[in-house]
Amino acid sequence: MTDLLLEATTSHMETVYCMPQALSAQPTHYCPGCTHGVAHRLLAEALDELNMRERAILVAPVGCAVFAYQYFEIDGCEAPHGRAPAMATGLKRVQPDRIVITYQGDGDLASIGAGEILHAAARGEPITVIFINNAIYGMTGGQMAPTSLSGQRTTSSPFGRVGEPLRMSELLAVLPQTAYIVRRSLHNPAHIRKAKKAILTALKAQEAGLGFSMVELLSSCPTNWGLSPAEALEWIEKHMLPVFPVGDYKVAEAVKEL
Amino acid sequence: MSRELLKGNVAIAEAALRAGMYAYFGYPITPQTELLEHLARRMPELGRVFLQAESEVAAINMVYGAACAGVRTMTSSSSPGISLMQEGLSYIAASDLPCVVVDVMRGGPGLGNILPSQADYFQVTRSAGHGDYHPIVLAPASVQEAVDLTVLAFDLADQYRHLVILAADGLIGQMMEPAELPPMRDLPAERPAYALTGAKGRPPRRIASFYLQAEAEEAYNLQIQARLARIRQNEQRSAEYFTDDAQFLVVGYGTVGRIALSAVRQLRAAGVPVGLFRPITLYPFPEARLRALAERVAGILVVEMNAGQMLEDVRLAVLERAPVHFYGRMGGAVPMPEEIVGALRQLLPTEVLS
Amino acid sequence: MQHELIFAGFGGQGIMFGGQLLAYAAMDGGYHVTWIPSYGPEMRGGTAYCTVVIADQEIGSPVVKHPGIGMIFNAPSFDKFVPMLQPNGLLVYNASLIPQQTERQDLTILPVPATERAPTPQLTNMVMLGALLTAKPILSLEALKAALEAHMPSHRRNLLEANLAALQIGVQLAEEALERL
Repeated sequence: MTDLLLEATTSHMETVYCMPQALSAQPTHYCPGCTHGVAHRLLAEALDELNMRERAILVAPVGCAVFAYQYFEIDGCEAPHGRAPAMATGLKRVQPDRIVITYQGDGDLASIGAGEILHAAARGEPITVIFINNAIYGMTGGQMAPTSLSGQRTTSSPFGRVGEPLRMSELLAVLPQTAYIVRRSLHNPAHIRKAKKAILTALKAQEAGLGFSMVELLSSCPTNWGLSPAEALEWIEKHMLPVFPVGDYKVAEAVKEL
Repeated sequence: MSRELLKGNVAIAEAALRAGMYAYFGYPITPQTELLEHLARRMPELGRVFLQAESEVAAINMVYGAACAGVRTMTSSSSPGISLMQEGLSYIAASDLPCVVVDVMRGGPGLGNILPSQADYFQVTRSAGHGDYHPIVLAPASVQEAVDLTVLAFDLADQYRHLVILAADGLIGQMMEPAELPPMRDLPAERPAYALTGAKGRPPRRIASFYLQAEAEEAYNLQIQARLARIRQNEQRSAEYFTDDAQFLVVGYGTVGRIALSAVRQLRAAGVPVGLFRPITLYPFPEARLRALAERVAGILVVEMNAGQMLEDVRLAVLERAPVHFYGRMGGAVPMPEEIVGALRQLLPTEVLS
Repeated sequence: MQHELIFAGFGGQGIMFGGQLLAYAAMDGGYHVTWIPSYGPEMRGGTAYCTVVIADQEIGSPVVKHPGIGMIFNAPSFDKFVPMLQPNGLLVYNASLIPQQTERQDLTILPVPATERAPTPQLTNMVMLGALLTAKPILSLEALKAALEAHMPSHRRNLLEANLAALQIGVQLAEEALERL
């Protein structure tokens, strides 16, 4: 009787939520409440939906996402700290029909790798950059990042940061060969849905060969911020959004037509 | 045979693309810039990848990316630029990826100058980056040898999936000499089994050099060491001149190797039985052959354009078999044949001289 | 046989190409040859020079401290390189631009008014080469002419006749000078 019922129910069920094919079925090492997991899932969903899993190559950074190449069911490699855009350039130039993605944190992209990201963007390399901005160095234990807020206390700015954070989306958007540069946030479901849409657009822009694309994602680091996961999401909204406004910083005409 | 009068830098560049180099990434620096300039024209002509990177740091990581994609790839630079590449070189070595790096060595340390030098011997042979490994290092002494070793570099890189450095000096890079270029090879139809090409109809491939557990990292290191042992076993190369009856031996590589040949010829003309041993592979150092020669000479003079770097490898190879002496010039100064003759005359036992 | 030459002067006198042309001729004649330029910042405005070694066996040192033959195109190079020439060497110098004399008694010295007699100043090198091969035929004049025809860059082809004419002027000047010696 139960079996019959189950069978009847199953045959009318529709899958509304499942593990994306592009994501590995394994637990990650990220701290509880960290939004890396959300960002991974969004990227994997986008790769599935665009049917890119079998032609995508991920370049992982040094930082908390150093193992990202293991968390995706796509070809992947791991770059020296900050050098992912250079490695991605090498990968993309020799096989322009593949989808090449870098996944980088703020220390990786905006500090040690500032030169590589600037020049990859300036050349208009048709790669997609997922930029996780949580205003702190996570893996090394909470030091000041190039995106740390003015006055933000970290283990290496114990009296509060002196100076202003680098706003990378604003900085790169002025370069003529960039196709799509936007900032989104992962602090609530509405923003997460918008982030997903942006990742889809960025990947489509790459596929169409329109130039450099980057999606900056405001992310949480409850562990190093010393906050609970819920408080950390509030911190993004209260402290990061005013300094790093979400928005479209560069959408080339050709991208609008996608 | 059709010989052309070729500048070393140009000859290396042309030989590389004929050997099947599909992607080149570089940054201008004297005295290797003609290499970059030649490829800036030739690679696009052939529909291949040429890119002037924003720095040597970026260039070597672009090479890393192209090597991940499984194509023959190369960068070139000179000493200060090679210093900047150390990080990327280590990652490439630790990812078992083949690639070729050309170092047209110049005077140092620091900014130094643009004159010929061999002061990168430690830098290129001892590791060229952090961690326990050695690149294969080849040292040409003529433009023709630079051509031949460039082709060999790509073949060895693929054969061992290992980093190969062509260590030329500024003189080899700038000099013109007749040389015969190799025929143009076809590009391979398929990418190797490790290449990141997109996981179409197969499980994903991953290239990384990250082992959190000591045991795993050690096990990987042991693999590198096993490969290096095979390389030491199979790839020692050297050239010899007048060694059959030599009672005293000069050891020099690259430009110094051929300058020493002039010195040895002068002494031979005077009836002095000296010989020349010229290492072609700096790693693996041709220790087996040198050791055999050391058994039957009264002494050895090592000559280098540095303060005595290969000297250490000679001493390790020779141990107590023969006394080892050194003559070197630094900072871009080139030892002349007369200086080498002078150094030898001071060292040679009277019975050898007479 | 081994000949070691230095070509020295300033930019625009065809120093580098002069040396290269001789190297091409040597290569085409089946000889071993090396050509080394001065390179780097001094190439701009300062003294430019190159050294050529021609031999019938594998060349050892391509670096030459005391060349046997000096091809000196301007006054600063005269002061710098004449003292370095091998004892009993040959000095061919561009008398048009070099007023000074050397005190060396051991050299064969051939003053050639190369710049003033050259069809254009850019052809000074050909006049000097014609004079050299007349004074000391390390290679035949015919070999040099053949090399010129074979290796002249295509965008300079229209100057071939002028180059050959300049060579002949050098031959004539050397013959006159040798008669005076």
